[in-house]
Amino acid sequence: MKHLISCEKVRLRNIDQGAIMKLNKILKNAFLIIFACIALSACATSKKSTGQMQGDVYTGTDTVEYLASGVPDRVFFATNESVLTTASRETLRKQAAWLRKNSKITIVLEGHADERGTREYNLALGERRANAAKDYLMTYGISSDRISVLSYGKERPVDSGSNPLAWSKNRRSVTVKAN
Amino acid sequence: MNRLLIFIFFTFFSFKAFALIEVDITRGNLNPLPIAVSPLSIDENSRKQFEKKLKKKNIGSEISIVVEKNLKTSGLFNPLNKDAFLQAPDIANLKPRFEDWNLIKAQALITGKVSYVDDKLRVEFRLWDVLAGKEMMALAFTTVPNNWRRVGHIITDKVYERLTGEKGYFDTRIIYVAEEGPKTRRIKKLAIMDQDGENNKFLTLGNELVLTPRFNPTSQMVTYLSYFRNLPRVYLLDIETGMQEVVGDFPGMTFAPRFSPNGKKIIMSFAKDGNSDIYTMDLENRIVEKITNHPSIDTSPSYSPDGKYICFNSDRSGYQQIYIMKSDGSNVKRISFGKGLYGTPVWSPRGDLIAFTKLHKGKFYIGVMRTDGSGERLLTENFYQEAPSWSPNGRVLIFYRETKTDSKGEGFSAKLWSIDLTGYNERLVSTPTDASDPSWSSLLSN
Repeated sequence: MKHLISCEKVRLRNIDQGAIMKLNKILKNAFLIIFACIALSACATSKKSTGQMQGDVYTGTDTVEYLASGVPDRVFFATNESVLTTASRETLRKQAAWLRKNSKITIVLEGHADERGTREYNLALGERRANAAKDYLMTYGISSDRISVLSYGKERPVDSGSNPLAWSKNRRSVTVKAN
Repeated sequence: MNRLLIFIFFTFFSFKAFALIEVDITRGNLNPLPIAVSPLSIDENSRKQFEKKLKKKNIGSEISIVVEKNLKTSGLFNPLNKDAFLQAPDIANLKPRFEDWNLIKAQALITGKVSYVDDKLRVEFRLWDVLAGKEMMALAFTTVPNNWRRVGHIITDKVYERLTGEKGYFDTRIIYVAEEGPKTRRIKKLAIMDQDGENNKFLTLGNELVLTPRFNPTSQMVTYLSYFRNLPRVYLLDIETGMQEVVGDFPGMTFAPRFSPNGKKIIMSFAKDGNSDIYTMDLENRIVEKITNHPSIDTSPSYSPDGKYICFNSDRSGYQQIYIMKSDGSNVKRISFGKGLYGTPVWSPRGDLIAFTKLHKGKFYIGVMRTDGSGERLLTENFYQEAPSWSPNGRVLIFYRETKTDSKGEGFSAKLWSIDLTGYNERLVSTPTDASDPSWSSLLSN
């Protein structure tokens, strides 16, 4: 039941943001189209938000931003881990393809940890996570000259919650354009 | 800051007399010693001079309040209410009427006199054993008037030492990280204050993230981590001059710095390519030495007080545990074997214990163990707390604690707390803003 409630929150936010923009554009059009839009977006979000964690790795898209269309900017990790999941490797392959296409772009990989660890260990862990992402990008042909690594440890959470879902969003490596 | 000039003029009685009162600090003290801190007497001329200089109506009572507050927070003493005092401060200082003090159940009594001498503050104090009817100690200090709080702290140190047999920790300062703003974008500044929370001062502006400041045990230098220009590096800061410099020329992140006991080296972690190892840098000749060489995370190093050993945090076993090694990196030995994860080991200034943070079943603990890992004792349990730092006498730990946020992600706070080695006397250390990463200085005097 708890999961259901949090699902609803996600859906509402999407409608608020997406719908206002869409409504402005679409208002003049037929009601049918509006209904279709809302129905579709509701369908899509409810699909996304069922089970936002696999094990304790975040699989949702709440916090994800995009470097380019279809290229997510971040990957998520299990507690105390720096191993890339299948989904993370897929994201990084998309990033590598995008970086190959845009050969002038340099990036910073920002490694983060959740708040459930000591500060100094978390700094090292963030560094290790960012480097896991870096190594993977390098195996897909991205030169290490284009990648720098910056660990924030637990200093910059995206979600200020004190619960397993918030922590899973915060255990991440984010690829940020540096130029 | 002015350099403190202290002249110890005379000591009447300082021999050990076991008939006199003693305070046992090795156990949790459930019966704090009742002590009367008489306001220090002051003549009218001196009072006026100090009122003009320090904007304090009666500096004699102000100093006694500092002493009183210190004694109370130590948990070992119970300062009695001044309203009950029968004897006037000046007469009490000449010769206390012990029956009167006995009547209000005081077992020890502090009296004193403040005077204005050649633009200076002269403070004389005496410690009396009320039951035995004897004077235990008498000292006088002379300093610039602005140092009046420190005189109060030094008096407390002397009283504490006389009654417990161990050095005090009151004439000390705490450096820490002051925090403000939302959890996702905290603004952090270095800040310093007296051990009792007074004289708070910010040392950085908050333009860049700063973390983990630590005092040099032998000087007014501090080492800390700064994200200046988004490059996390270990820095040195001279508190007196404000001069800052980066430590060493490393291509990656340096972090988790601490001084060696003689203050001549910095020990820290250096992270590169996903691997953190421990290094030292000699501050005189700038020679860098690699101490650990392992593909795991090695961090949070801390020297034993004799400089011969280092304790540190490593996940070479798969999870965070505490290890010790010789200062050259040889003889690495794991010492934490209890359930859960262990971090932030810090060697006690007395040498016999290592304080640590432990994470077990979703709870964080501050604890201590012997240097071979035996005798683990957990002092306090909470949702989140870490980073203990020892008082210079090794009797008190200061650390920080963070609160759980509510369902909206609000209600976060970070505060400093202290607790006695006995596990008793847990106290909030009040700071003007949120606070974390405390580090306790050595005694400023002697």
